[in-house]
Amino acid sequence: MRRGPSWFNLVSLTVGFAFLYLPIVLLVVWSFNASRLVTVWGGFSTRWYVALLNDSQLLDAAWITLRIGLISATAATVLGTLAAIALVRGGRFRGRTLFSGMVYAPLVMPEVIMGLSLLLLFVAMGFARGFWTVMLAHTTFTLSYVAVVVHSRLVSFDRSLEEAAQDLGCTPAQSFLQVTLPNIFPAVLAGWMLAFTLSLDDLVIASFTSGPGATTLPMRIYSQVRLGVTPEINAVCTLLIAIVATGVIIWSVAQKWRAREAVRTEAVRSG
Amino acid sequence: MNRPRSRAALLPALWLAIFFAFPFLLVLRLSLSDTALAIPPYTPRIDWSGGWEAIKAFLAALDLDMYRRLGGDRLYVDAFLSSLRFAATGTILALLVGYPMAYGMAKCRPGVRSVLLMLVILPFWTSFLIRVYAWVGILKPQGLLNGFLGMLHIPPVDLLYTPAAVQIGLVYSYLPFMVLPLYAALERLDHTLLEAAADLGSPPWKSFWQVTWPLSIPGVIAGCLLCFIPMVGEFVIPDLLGGPGSLMIGRSIWMEFFANRDWPFASAVAIVLLITLIAPILLYQRQQARALEGGV
Repeated sequence: MRRGPSWFNLVSLTVGFAFLYLPIVLLVVWSFNASRLVTVWGGFSTRWYVALLNDSQLLDAAWITLRIGLISATAATVLGTLAAIALVRGGRFRGRTLFSGMVYAPLVMPEVIMGLSLLLLFVAMGFARGFWTVMLAHTTFTLSYVAVVVHSRLVSFDRSLEEAAQDLGCTPAQSFLQVTLPNIFPAVLAGWMLAFTLSLDDLVIASFTSGPGATTLPMRIYSQVRLGVTPEINAVCTLLIAIVATGVIIWSVAQKWRAREAVRTEAVRSG
Repeated sequence: MNRPRSRAALLPALWLAIFFAFPFLLVLRLSLSDTALAIPPYTPRIDWSGGWEAIKAFLAALDLDMYRRLGGDRLYVDAFLSSLRFAATGTILALLVGYPMAYGMAKCRPGVRSVLLMLVILPFWTSFLIRVYAWVGILKPQGLLNGFLGMLHIPPVDLLYTPAAVQIGLVYSYLPFMVLPLYAALERLDHTLLEAAADLGSPPWKSFWQVTWPLSIPGVIAGCLLCFIPMVGEFVIPDLLGGPGSLMIGRSIWMEFFANRDWPFASAVAIVLLITLIAPILLYQRQQARALEGGV
């Protein structure tokens, strides 16, 4: 007897989502505006996208950002998945409270503090700041997000499957690779994607830990925005939004398709 | 069977100890050193070869100068207080906008719900910097908001570079962090409880206060902490949308570090910020641990 949404629910949803999406929609619209002004519609134009293609500094920054994102997301996924496994399956090992504290603290730690502390570490260790220091910093703050995503999947995963595999003669490592990993894989992938986008997006930590020659895309966008509004930035933003939206749509369609496929297999089996 | 699995903790624990925990000691140490010694190019080196004597000498050189300076500086005290004010107001506003949203989502059909959930998460996947920057175009004097007000013959408002703009930016950016835990709490709500209340003659608003609201409290706490803690240290929003009047501590650390190049002072400010946030962070962690262990 669940009642549907009332008018109040509908109004709050409409207002809330309008608030969330208005700025994003506007950016996309402005990126196709021939005029520099946001209030004047100068006709549809792709001139800012053309300008973008000729901006080698911006393209360089995008390439660096992409590489940092790929490497750090992969490293963070390995570390974060291990952390989640230890927290869910490790039992009450010594130092567990401290460990879980360290895993989850970066989620809420202000970025300025993390940036500053990592910078001091790199200076103290005598690392030259640049590509690799940003990569290490991004791995550190994104691994927590991976851990959370994988953790919630592991908790709901039926442990008896692993035990069955071991009863049938699998070593713990084999049962992990052949039973657990395929089961938690969607969460591991989601964690990777989350780590990747967080790395692409980060301005503050990258600014602290980067050095000459390793300007990331957000750092470049930030300095452009500080200098004044350039419509070119709207074009970059639209492209980024398009990439992310496509990824998310493909992901959710694939999930739905997999679910339908599973239902069908089940139906064939029982029928 | 448990032992091999806890060994999985080794690598991440080592990583976090080196890149997360240890650097805080460096920040603490730097905040206790003299500016004179540490003016950039700053190269701190711990002289381990000197043994215990060197460490003792090193400890003796520490002082609280930076903290004294910090406490005596009106500007920084004000920045701290206004950061806390901005974050508290922003959290309450996000709760006021986010609660009805999460409640409405939980009331929709399951199919619609998952689409709406994706719509809440989607902005989170798009660049934070870019979304904040979009507000510049809306709020600036010749921006969209004033264009719209002009059409309605309402005198223009000058919002960009004011505290109001920072507040809007904070609520806007952190709204998904509020909606998600609230939705998780409300979606799990047992609807038979509400039906029982209705059968017993309770009017809807009363059922809400006596059944729905108390059961959603864990979501409210999680959402508020997830908004409040990062809001206090926020840098991008006050920097892009706020003027000189909207002091926030995250921005002060950035300025001390990049503009004034006073690393020890920036470290002292960071330590004080960390101490301010330690209680809410611990509270959040307990909440998080309980929620995860509870098998959500």
